[in-house]
Amino acid sequence: MRISRSPLAISAFLLAIGGLLISSGGDVQDTLAYSTPVILFVAAAVALFTSVSASSLIALLILVHIVPFCLIGLLHSMGPEGPSIGYWCMVASAWLLAWFSVQNLAGLKLARPDAQRVVNLALPVLFGAWLLILWEIIVRGFGVPSILLPPPSMIAGRISNSVPTLWADFQQTYLKAAIAGYAIGCGSGFLAAILVDRVPFLRKGLLPIGNLVAALPVVGIAPIMVMWFGSYWESKAAVVVIMTFFPMLVNTVAGLGASGAMERDLMQTYGSSYAQTLFKLRLPAAMPFIFNALKINSTLALIGAIVAEFFGSPIVGMGFRISAEVGRMNVDMVWAEIFVAALAGSLSYGLITLIERAVTFWHPSYRT
Amino acid sequence: MPQVTLKNVIDVKDLSLVFQTNDGPVNALSNINLAVNGGEFVSFIGPSGCGKTTLLRVIADLEQPTSGAISVNGMTPSEARQKRAYGYVFQAAALYPWRTIGGNVSLPLEVMGMSKAERAERIAKNLELVNLSGFEKKFPWQLSGGMQQRASIARALSFDPDMLLMDEPFGALDEIVRDHLNEQLLKLWAKTQKTVIFVTHSIPEAVFLSTKIVVMSPRPGRIHEIIDCNLGTERTLDIRETPAFLEIAHRVREGLRHGHSYDGE
Repeated sequence: MRISRSPLAISAFLLAIGGLLISSGGDVQDTLAYSTPVILFVAAAVALFTSVSASSLIALLILVHIVPFCLIGLLHSMGPEGPSIGYWCMVASAWLLAWFSVQNLAGLKLARPDAQRVVNLALPVLFGAWLLILWEIIVRGFGVPSILLPPPSMIAGRISNSVPTLWADFQQTYLKAAIAGYAIGCGSGFLAAILVDRVPFLRKGLLPIGNLVAALPVVGIAPIMVMWFGSYWESKAAVVVIMTFFPMLVNTVAGLGASGAMERDLMQTYGSSYAQTLFKLRLPAAMPFIFNALKINSTLALIGAIVAEFFGSPIVGMGFRISAEVGRMNVDMVWAEIFVAALAGSLSYGLITLIERAVTFWHPSYRT
Repeated sequence: MPQVTLKNVIDVKDLSLVFQTNDGPVNALSNINLAVNGGEFVSFIGPSGCGKTTLLRVIADLEQPTSGAISVNGMTPSEARQKRAYGYVFQAAALYPWRTIGGNVSLPLEVMGMSKAERAERIAKNLELVNLSGFEKKFPWQLSGGMQQRASIARALSFDPDMLLMDEPFGALDEIVRDHLNEQLLKLWAKTQKTVIFVTHSIPEAVFLSTKIVVMSPRPGRIHEIIDCNLGTERTLDIRETPAFLEIAHRVREGLRHGHSYDGE
């Protein structure tokens, strides 16, 4: 028998013994109060006494991820005094075991590329899952008031109960304001950059003014835009336009200057026109810069659209919902909107990254 | 070796070029007089700062002379450039990384508005000329430095210009690759009958390749001496050990050293 020297496995094993011996505070009638420490002990034993192999790692991963469900289930049968020392020993042990197994998983070198891809995908998923598990257990175990921080299960329940509201808000804020503002802001920033690059005096005149506009605080701009364009989504789109215009302008201007002197001389030796040089050399060379701006702006657009709704909006929209529900102490609804915003933001960022890889495949950071 | 025609394809008279810099004016070129005949292989050699690259860039209309006259194919350099009289090969391959090798060779043809069928034909022909057939679909970064530079030569030849202007094209390559490419370049020159202007700072390279060597010296950049170099038609790398080769190399070295002795003035 081989004993693992990993301090993670050793401390997890000791804590699992603690979980067996010390009362968790759960109801003695509950079978979970008996089975949970046993499952945990078996998992810790697997970690400590088996050599690292694919089969032992899979067994460990399965056991380790049964435990949190038992632990959360145990909380239901707790008395008003809540869980005691033995329970927290088990939580700590389960967390260390998860850490141990994910560490081994990350160190795994697999021959098959698709298997490796599954592992690479599993790592962030497990990491995120444990964040939610610990959040749930700690908030409920310590009885944190849900107005300060609701447990994830409560937020999930709120999300599933409010799909029509969340969808209407998402439509209003993201599909209308953020996307329209993003398209107009990025598009006009791009065209302005081409113009600034072509006309030298604009470079001196317009760029500093663009700089000034970029420094304007969104909380100052938003109420003015609401006065100008009304309280519907158009005013939010206007705020997004102002926020996204400048990053695109500056990045594209920098990108247009990114092609080398030699490459430009080359185009000149062919007697190439301005437009030919622009489309065949300078814009392709500028693409990494332009995608940089597109990525920065994708997050800015959502922030801008949400914050702008704080300053007047119809009774729909993610920003409106957040400010209204905070006032009514419905913090779980605020978290539900935060979840939708985070999901939409990451998905759009991911989508732009995918397009970027396809367009700038030649860039040293993506070459295969 | 191609038949040397007598026509002056490049005619430079009393040409000077002064760069205005923050440290005051710099005489990059001073009183240059040079005539190049069609089909010749002319090398510009000299230490850095002698203006050899600047002179090549003036011929290519990438720099404007301050005074004097220059004609390329009987036209101003600007007209010659617009008429695509020359292909230019830079110190680096300067291939566009988002285009395949074939796409890079196709670039000047697209700029000049050739049909797709004609482009495909010329890409195949010129890649074969530089022994890169089969690499058409590869991207530049997948090729070695020597292959990249050969692709850039194919690109310069693709639109069949009368002249090839080459600015230290093999300077960044190791000596083995360089020798190999020099041999290939001579064969290419014999095959295509083009006028070649070749900037280098390597004496063996200049003597091995050229029919005429222009020795230049710095501060102010000027022509020190023009040495004829007729080593016969069939040159292989072996001729570098012959007395005739060594004698010309010696004259070039003497010329370079003489040019430098003006430094003290």
